Amino acid sequence: MLEPIKGLKELPTEEPLSPGHRLCPGCGASIVVRQVLLAAPKDTIVAEATGCLEVSTALYPYSAWNRPWIHSAFENAAAVASGIDSGFKALARRGEGKEHPIIVFGGDGGTYDIGIQALSGAIERGHKFLYVCYDNEAYMNTGIQRSGGTPRGAWTTTTQVGSARAGKQETKKDLLSIVVAHRVPYAATASISHWRDLMTKVRKALSKDGPTFLHVMAPCTRGWRFDSEKTIRMARLAVETRFFPLYEVDNGVYKITFPVSSPKPVEEYLKLQGRYSHMFQPQNAAALDTIKKEVDENYRHLEKLSQFTSQLYAPQTA
Amino acid sequence: MAEAVRQCDVDVVAAYPITPQTIIVEKLAEYVADGRFKGEFVPVESEHSALSACVGASATGARVFTATSSQGLAYMHEMLYNVSGMRFPIVMAVANRALSAPLVLNADHSDMMASRDSGWIQVYAENVEEIYDRTIQLFRLSEDPRVMLPSAINFEGFILSHDKERVRLLEDEPILKFLGRPRPKHKIDPDAPLTFGAIATPDTYYEFRMQQTEAMNNALHVFEEVEMEFESFSGRKYGAVDAYNTDRADVIMVINGSAAGTMRAAARALNAAGEKAGVLAIKLYRPFPMEQVVSHLFQTKAVITMDRSISPGAPSGPISEDVKSAMHLAGLTKPVLSVVYGIGGRDLSVEDGKNIFGMAKEGNSFGTPTVMYGVKA
Repeated sequence: MLEPIKGLKELPTEEPLSPGHRLCPGCGASIVVRQVLLAAPKDTIVAEATGCLEVSTALYPYSAWNRPWIHSAFENAAAVASGIDSGFKALARRGEGKEHPIIVFGGDGGTYDIGIQALSGAIERGHKFLYVCYDNEAYMNTGIQRSGGTPRGAWTTTTQVGSARAGKQETKKDLLSIVVAHRVPYAATASISHWRDLMTKVRKALSKDGPTFLHVMAPCTRGWRFDSEKTIRMARLAVETRFFPLYEVDNGVYKITFPVSSPKPVEEYLKLQGRYSHMFQPQNAAALDTIKKEVDENYRHLEKLSQFTSQLYAPQTA
Repeated sequence: MAEAVRQCDVDVVAAYPITPQTIIVEKLAEYVADGRFKGEFVPVESEHSALSACVGASATGARVFTATSSQGLAYMHEMLYNVSGMRFPIVMAVANRALSAPLVLNADHSDMMASRDSGWIQVYAENVEEIYDRTIQLFRLSEDPRVMLPSAINFEGFILSHDKERVRLLEDEPILKFLGRPRPKHKIDPDAPLTFGAIATPDTYYEFRMQQTEAMNNALHVFEEVEMEFESFSGRKYGAVDAYNTDRADVIMVINGSAAGTMRAAARALNAAGEKAGVLAIKLYRPFPMEQVVSHLFQTKAVITMDRSISPGAPSGPISEDVKSAMHLAGLTKPVLSVVYGIGGRDLSVEDGKNIFGMAKEGNSFGTPTVMYGVKA
């Protein structure tokens, strides 16, 4: 069992992801990786889906990875992880090595969309790995196209703003519920603005025997249209407006790990991002209301789930 | 097949069911249940994930096997290139079956021919014992440090996959000694972290592919070594090609797969009646044993090539193209009659073989378009 992290001084000084990689200044994904891997044991193996993170950190003949790292395709990172897990198990039985923690990094495209079948299969088969979805809410690597993780109203290059339509017409897929439906031992959301919460969740996840999942918000300066020094602020506002609540599902029990009792207005978060600029034009007022309503409903839904599941799975008293 | 996998001391099998490959997977699952197979069996949710799981497992240094057919192989297509490009010595059984649409369950070679250029070593077996022997050989060939490429053992669906034949099984011990344990130069190791599957640029990609091509060329010679060593303890040898009566024949038929045996019977019958027919069976298809193929074609007057796959719009089928290329490079100018047969599982009988030999005998086949043998009018 890995102990929760109490303070910064407990963190290792060695960098799992070397500086000098080619990710954008202010990229949320690299911060996700850094925080996740600093909380994980040093013998962790990393498997990755194709995406920004992959192309920017492993450009031959260079590699930023100070961990064993493997990438092979876009949609298959979870399947590759299941193979690593099986390889370790088979070899360990022969006395040829031992099992090591496996962490997968996939973007929202590689997780919500093209990789969801491989993810579902690997989870169902019960392989031991932690899947981290770094969610920047669009296909950023190919130039900001909408994904199943793109939120309602957001502009992307495939959900353009015009006179007939303005941004994405559909709501963001509820990824964590899909994962939880597999009855995983642990799944949670996390934000790089709340590093201790994130790292605690990584350690909790890695302590479970089975597949676990972390959904981390990774603001993207290019795709969301904000200045690169505002990445952490953006991540924090997503939490403080209840746009992206921090919660965990530990053996079926929901818990909001960072309760937001008096949320900031959602507009405060949206206004800082160029991808939502059209939402503040009068003709889009109804759409903006829908976003706010969905944010509110989602948070209340989580509160109710927390209450209900804590009673449902409460330890039996004699 | 399943017995060979068990005897080859495989660590991880990841596979998804597809007719007619399922009997292999079911048999392995039976071995898992009764404890005879000690490795990990990963019952994946798709063929794409099957080969992806094989990638992960192979990267740990484990010995890995999978099996598929037809649509499943097509679904894996992206990963076929990944596996060969990342140089993982995975062995795969392909129960060859025609591709949809229309959906059909029976054999032809169009599934593997569509993956012909994916950088896999490709062997076509003719009978059940050969499937068994080749599977053992291919682990050794793939894992050779001069090769480090994946291999596919091909055999026609139902015709061979469901064939009931006597097989002379080998003892476990000589197989284990023959194969040893896999010793990849590079594997996942937290004490020596490596990056697998980096991104290349136009400045580097070509050289990676060149290394792969060189490894494939090496496989041609290593294949001979492997066969010799295999023969030393099993007493069995097949060759990269199998030649029947090629040194005396006026017409030689070049073919691969299970129909080679049928065609030999046809040739024998013709020869008994005073004809001069020969059969050259291509066993190793990639790398293509060009010199060996050509060496058997110097004496003959005419050549017939037999393709069990259709390549719409192409001058002829893939076997035919390869044979003609090899002949051209050797300066051989002879009439080559290209024949397509057995599509979607249509049978090819000894009588059919005699008819086809007769077509080449009737005259010069220069200028004759590909014969679609056995198609209904």
